[in-house]
Amino acid sequence: MARLHVESKINGETQEFLCDASQSLLDVLRDELGLTGTKEGCGTGDCGACSVLVDGRLVCSCLMLGVEASGKNVETIEGIAGDEGLHPLQNAFLENAALQCGICTPGFIVASKALLEKNPNPDESTIRYWLAGNLCRCTGYDKIIRAVQDAAEKMSHPA
Amino acid sequence: MVALTYHAPESLEEAVQLLSTARQPVKVLSGGTDLIIQMQGLIQDERLVVDVKKIPGMRAADWTEDHLILGPSMSCAQFTKRQDIQAVFPGLVEAAYLIGSTQVQGRATICGNLCNASPAGDSIPALIAAGGICDIATASGRRELPVEDFVIGVGKNALQAGEFLLGVKFSPPQATTKDAYLRFTPRTEMDIAVAGVGVRVSVENGVCTDARVAIGAVAPTALLVTKAADALIGSALDEAALTAAGQACKDSASPISDKRGTAEYRQKVVAVLCKRAIAIAHQRALEN
Repeated sequence: MARLHVESKINGETQEFLCDASQSLLDVLRDELGLTGTKEGCGTGDCGACSVLVDGRLVCSCLMLGVEASGKNVETIEGIAGDEGLHPLQNAFLENAALQCGICTPGFIVASKALLEKNPNPDESTIRYWLAGNLCRCTGYDKIIRAVQDAAEKMSHPA
Repeated sequence: MVALTYHAPESLEEAVQLLSTARQPVKVLSGGTDLIIQMQGLIQDERLVVDVKKIPGMRAADWTEDHLILGPSMSCAQFTKRQDIQAVFPGLVEAAYLIGSTQVQGRATICGNLCNASPAGDSIPALIAAGGICDIATASGRRELPVEDFVIGVGKNALQAGEFLLGVKFSPPQATTKDAYLRFTPRTEMDIAVAGVGVRVSVENGVCTDARVAIGAVAPTALLVTKAADALIGSALDEAALTAAGQACKDSASPISDKRGTAEYRQKVVAVLCKRAIAIAHQRALEN
């Protein structure tokens, strides 16, 4: 079957790729574009490991076809760190030991960044509800919640 | 996954043409949060996927002179942010808010939730309670169907080959008419309803003048329970009327037992949810 030609903006850069209609955006990111930071956990939209932003909206990249990203602005974990180094959320996850095996971490960071952009000072309950679609089988979540609170604090009061 | 042929028509005519002339099984794609998972299981099969999101108006929810028209491709995340809709149909918005995680909300659509026709779909009792009418595109034009007649079985809707759901329309009610949706899940998030109840009540001078009650997750399809509404109309929405409405919901339910609850438990819960949802809708109607 003929492959489809798609043009999207990925982490700020226009990219063209070929994909099968049946490939998910997750498949395209990992297998066609080599962006393996986005992880596949369940593949059914339950775990959030594959979270990315599409036109600023948090979505599971496993629940979207690659071809649906045509003309869209996709942001992945690879686009989070700036030229100056890690994003405050990435630093906070390291400093708070908010990861163990690390499979869920890219999804948590992308989802948390989307939350902090919308709400720079969320309370614990807001963070927990926002991140209910991200599963972590290692940490028990408390360290992740603390890392997000820590990052929120540092981002609103930069040293 | 299954071999797909993908089309994203930019006009309604083109979409209808594609759907009515397809030689292979055809699926309409909006949010895809159910469809993409369902297609993963199919191996040696082909599907034509018609993505309707690029057709003008599909992602909108607009007020006309007489109606609110909810397009088939508006995501729950977009829908639940709409304060103009929240003010008139708070129950519909709270049902949409319960569908899936933040990530799923970013893609999932209310019309998709309806077409998917899960017995536990949260939007369906709320759509029925709000008096939603399905606007269906057919090869020869359009037809309408009340939401309560749209779902005809587990995972089955009333769309014929070549048809697709163009949206759901609602007549905006008086300020003293309000809706509410409640569901019960063992966990507070990321769970599927054990039972759900959508209600709408109209209150004039302390008396209920009109009501709609719909139950979900306790029968093969969501059901409009007219006996529950009958128990409310003419009452002051007092305890006796609420109890009678709850009993009518229980009597109409024919639930299954599964890991989320036994049939007996679901019947009990649906009666309780009915009473609570009416109390919420009643309070909302009084506040206006």
